[in-house]
Amino acid sequence: MNTTKELSVKESKIAYLLRLADDRLILGQRMSEWCGHGPVLEEDLALANMALDLIGHASSLYAYAAEVEDEGRDEDHFAYFRDDYEFTNLQLYELPKGDFAFTIARQFLFSSFSYFQYQQLKEAKDEQFAGMIDKHFKEIKYHLRHSRDWVLKLGDGTEESKKRMQEAFDELWMYTGELFYIDAVDEMMLAEGNGADLLSFKDEWKKLVEDTLTEATLSVPDWDQFMMRGSRTGMHTEHLGHMLAQMQFLRRSHPDADWK
Amino acid sequence: METQQQLDDFQARIDAGEKIEPKDWMPERYREQIIRMGSQHAHSEIVGMLPEGNWISRAPSLKRKLVLLAKVQDEAGHGLYLYSAIETLGVRRSELIDQYLYGNAKYSSIFNYPTLSYADVCVIGWLVDGAAIVNQTKLAHSSYGPYARANLRICKEESFHKKQGYEMVAKLAEGTPAQRKMVQSAVDRFWWPTLMMFGPNDSNSPNSAELLKWQVKLNTNDELRQHFVDRVVMEAEAVGLTLPDPDLKFNEETGHWEFGEIPWDEFWDVVKGNGVMNRERIKSRRKAHEDGAWVREAAQAYARKKNLSREKAS
Repeated sequence: MNTTKELSVKESKIAYLLRLADDRLILGQRMSEWCGHGPVLEEDLALANMALDLIGHASSLYAYAAEVEDEGRDEDHFAYFRDDYEFTNLQLYELPKGDFAFTIARQFLFSSFSYFQYQQLKEAKDEQFAGMIDKHFKEIKYHLRHSRDWVLKLGDGTEESKKRMQEAFDELWMYTGELFYIDAVDEMMLAEGNGADLLSFKDEWKKLVEDTLTEATLSVPDWDQFMMRGSRTGMHTEHLGHMLAQMQFLRRSHPDADWK
Repeated sequence: METQQQLDDFQARIDAGEKIEPKDWMPERYREQIIRMGSQHAHSEIVGMLPEGNWISRAPSLKRKLVLLAKVQDEAGHGLYLYSAIETLGVRRSELIDQYLYGNAKYSSIFNYPTLSYADVCVIGWLVDGAAIVNQTKLAHSSYGPYARANLRICKEESFHKKQGYEMVAKLAEGTPAQRKMVQSAVDRFWWPTLMMFGPNDSNSPNSAELLKWQVKLNTNDELRQHFVDRVVMEAEAVGLTLPDPDLKFNEETGHWEFGEIPWDEFWDVVKGNGVMNRERIKSRRKAHEDGAWVREAAQAYARKKNLSREKAS
C-alpha cells in the first residue's frame, strides 16, 4: 500500500483527522442524548451546548479529511457510511451516557486531555488545521471549566453525589489508558509538524486530574490497573453499533436523497 | 382589598399603553393570569424539546443534526427567559414546575403529538414555530413588561427556527418520492393540531375577555388563527404541498382564506390528557426532574459549604 512516503503522509493525515473527528462525533452524540432530560434547565442548555460544539468540531474535521482525501466525498460520508470497526474513536466515548456523574466525569477526562493536546495542535504547520483547532480550543477551555466545576460540586456535594462521582471515575478509569495510545499515524504527524506529542504532557494531565479529584475529596483510582486497548484500530464495545444504527439509519435508507 | 379607584387607575395605565412592572400595583387577578399564561408558555417550551429532541440522534446529516440540536437548545433558553419573567411576580420556578409535573398546570397540546419521521420536525419548524411566532410577536407587546420583553427575545430566535423548518420542508417537497411522501404525511398530521394551538374559538374561550381588557394578549384566538392561515396557505402552495382541508378557499370579499371546521373533539381529548403522547411526555419530564434531584441537592450542599468556609475565612 504505502509505496511512497507522500502517500503515507496523506493516509496518516486522514487517519489522524478521523480519529479526532470520531472521538468528537461519538462523544457529542452521547452528550446530545441529554437534550431535554437534564437535571436542571441551565444544565440542559450547557450539555446541549457542549454536544453542539463537539459535533461541530467533528463536522469540520471530517470535512477537512474529505478535502485532504480529495475523492469527492464530504463530512457526512465519514459519519454516516462507515461501520463500527471503521470508526476509530476511543471506547471511552461510546459508553452509554450513564447518570449525570458519569457524563461529567467522562467530559472532564476528555476536555482536560484535549486541553493539552490542542495547545500543541494549534501550533501545527498546516495552517488550515491549526486555525480550526485554535477556534475549537476556546470551546474546549469552556468545557474543561464547566466539567471541572461539576466534578468539584458533585465530589464535595452530598454523600450520594460523592458516591456517584467516585463510581463514575472508577468505571471510566480503565478506558483512559488509550488517551495516550501512539502508533505510526501519530509519529508521522508529529514528524510532519502536525501532531501532538502526547507523552510530553502525560504527567501534566495526570497531575491536573489528580489535583481535581483530590480537591473534590475523591480518591484517585489506580493508574496501573488493566487498561483497555484497540480503539484506534477499530476495536469497540457493542454499544457503538447500536449508536450508529440509530444515527445512520435514515441517511442510509435514502442514500441518494439530499439531506443538507 | 382592591378599590375601584385602584382598578380604574390600573386600567387607565393599560389603556395608555404603559408597561406594568413587577413592583407596580396590579390586581391580584392580573397577577394570577400572567402567572398562569406565562408559566404555561414556559412549560410548553420545555415539553416542546421532547418531540423534536426525538430526532437529534437520527438527523440525516451532520448539518441537520447541528441545526436541530441548536433549535432544541434554544427552546430550553426560551423556557428559562419565561420562567425568569414569571418569577418577577414572586413565584419560584420550582413551584411552577411542580404545578405541571404533578398538578393541573397545562402546556401546549401540540407537543402531545408524536414525531414519526424526520419530516415531522421540519414541519414543526415551519407550522408550529410559525404559529408560535404569530402568537409571540403579539405577546411581545403584552402589558406586563418582563413577559413582553421575554417574548421579544424569543421572537428573534423563533424566526430562525421557522426559516430553517420551511427551508427543509421545501427541500423535502422537491426531493425524492420518499421525501415528498414523508413531508406530506407530516403536514397531514400536523395541520389541524397547529390550528388548535391558537386555542378555542373566541365564543368558547373563557379567559379571553379579561386578558384582552388588560392587554395581556392583544388579539383574539380567531384573529391570530386567521392571520396564520392566510400566510401559510401561500407558503404551502409555493412548495407544492397540500393542506388537508377540502374546504379551504379564498374569500374575495374579506380577503381571507376560509377553512373547514377544526376537529374540536380531538382538541379537548388531548387537553384532557388523551393524546398519543401525553402520558409519555409527563413521564419523561418527571423522570428527568426526579433523576436530577440528587444533582440539584449536591449543588446546593456544595454552595452552602463554600459560603460557610468563606464566612469562616472572613
